Amino acid sequence: MERVAIIGASMTQFGQRDAWIRELLAEAGQAVLEDAGVSSDAIDHLYVSNMASGEFEGQTGVPNALAHDLAAMPAYTARIDQTSSSGGAGVYAAWQSVASGASEMTMLVGGEKMTHRSTAEATDVIASLTHPVEYKHGVTLPSFAGLTARLYLEKYDAPRESLGKVAVKNHRNGVDNPHAQFRKEVDLETVLDSPTVADPLRLYDFCPITDGSAALLLCPESVAREYTDDYVVVSGIGGATDTHVVHERADPTTMRGVVESSEIAYEMADRDPDDVDVAELHDMFTILEFLQSEDLGFFEKGEGWKAVEEGVTDRDGDLPINTSGGLKSKGHPLGASGVAQVYEIYEQLTDDAGPRQVDADVGLACNVGGFGNCVTTTIVERP
Amino acid sequence: MSDDDIPPMEAYRYADGSITYPGHPIGPDGGEPVETVDLSEHTAEIITWTSNTAPPPGVRQPNHLAIVEFDVEGQPVRAIGQLTTDDVEIGDEVRPVYADELREPGAGIREPESQDWDGYRFEPV
Repeated sequence: MERVAIIGASMTQFGQRDAWIRELLAEAGQAVLEDAGVSSDAIDHLYVSNMASGEFEGQTGVPNALAHDLAAMPAYTARIDQTSSSGGAGVYAAWQSVASGASEMTMLVGGEKMTHRSTAEATDVIASLTHPVEYKHGVTLPSFAGLTARLYLEKYDAPRESLGKVAVKNHRNGVDNPHAQFRKEVDLETVLDSPTVADPLRLYDFCPITDGSAALLLCPESVAREYTDDYVVVSGIGGATDTHVVHERADPTTMRGVVESSEIAYEMADRDPDDVDVAELHDMFTILEFLQSEDLGFFEKGEGWKAVEEGVTDRDGDLPINTSGGLKSKGHPLGASGVAQVYEIYEQLTDDAGPRQVDADVGLACNVGGFGNCVTTTIVERP
Repeated sequence: MSDDDIPPMEAYRYADGSITYPGHPIGPDGGEPVETVDLSEHTAEIITWTSNTAPPPGVRQPNHLAIVEFDVEGQPVRAIGQLTTDDVEIGDEVRPVYADELREPGAGIREPESQDWDGYRFEPV
């Protein structure tokens, strides 16, 4: 099987935008075509990663709208909804379309428009993914985070401050990301003194509500060479699900979807966790960075918090995590986030990350939907 | 509402003895459920809990929540639900108490007719 290359990547400004979903998607789509020097009539498949444009905005049919706005007809189009991991699932669909031979040029655009809704409304749209026995109790994704964080801190004797240090690190990284929603450092005291949202987690343990989009162009490696020498390859990718009902998991501090999807990705890439030089993890809540860094095999179970304390995951550490600023600082436009994670890895591996640049040949992105309900892990390498 | 009218906290038992709350058409053993179990007749232990100060529309504020574990004749089964108080700790024993409306139907995005809105909160024993 020929390797699948990524020959272009783009992301829009993340944050509170005036643009609506159609405009956001077109902005990233147009930018990635310009980045790669590809004409829109070359696109065979076009995927849009989006969780809820119908619920947020009353706009459905967005892949068709994007194809028309970019003059990409008659490309095959589909919308990929896997809640917060729609972006990662889109990477999987785009990779699959090329790897199968069905497409010689696939565009993936992930996007979401959210900030016109109140925090309570946006939280409810996201919480609508829950089972009725969860939803009727008012269970939200932030409350899952609070439940899990309390258990993790007690079970592994981790200090509350270690969670705050995730926020401090990722905000520090976000300062150097021109597309990030927040380009402002925060100190630990500010994090620990911020208002309680889901005890023991506070405001700065949570990502913001965000508008934005990101895009990738994928093709066979032989086609990539016709366009550029500046490309990366998807060497491994895996997707997996865990229970829909979160409390039915035997260990709430383990995300089986992360474990299973990464095992598939490592095997496909013939890599192991020690080979990863830089990673983008789904830090929708600070606790998730601990869980994923452990379930991906970077650290032993219950030891992820120590790595943050010791600076291992800092930009100048042995394994930089979330050099983009992560969802925490960069923002989390649901369908865009998994695509924007791969954008950051692409930038790192093509030496185009500017002040965020780290020394890396192998990068990993882990995109999580629900509270670990659906996961895609992608390994990307220099050719 | 008399005690006879209060609906059970219904879990499903499967042929291998495992129990899930809620029930599923196919259980962890790959087979269909064989009977129901009323968890409201049992007490449970708090596995973890939180108090959410930023709940969605139609939900009380703050919203105290817990994941609890029942022991049904030696078989563990977990559930999630509201707590009657935040004066609790991991490991505390709680019992289910019925509430006829846990959240205002129709205030959020979920279609009111698509599900039940009553259920059980957990109260320290």
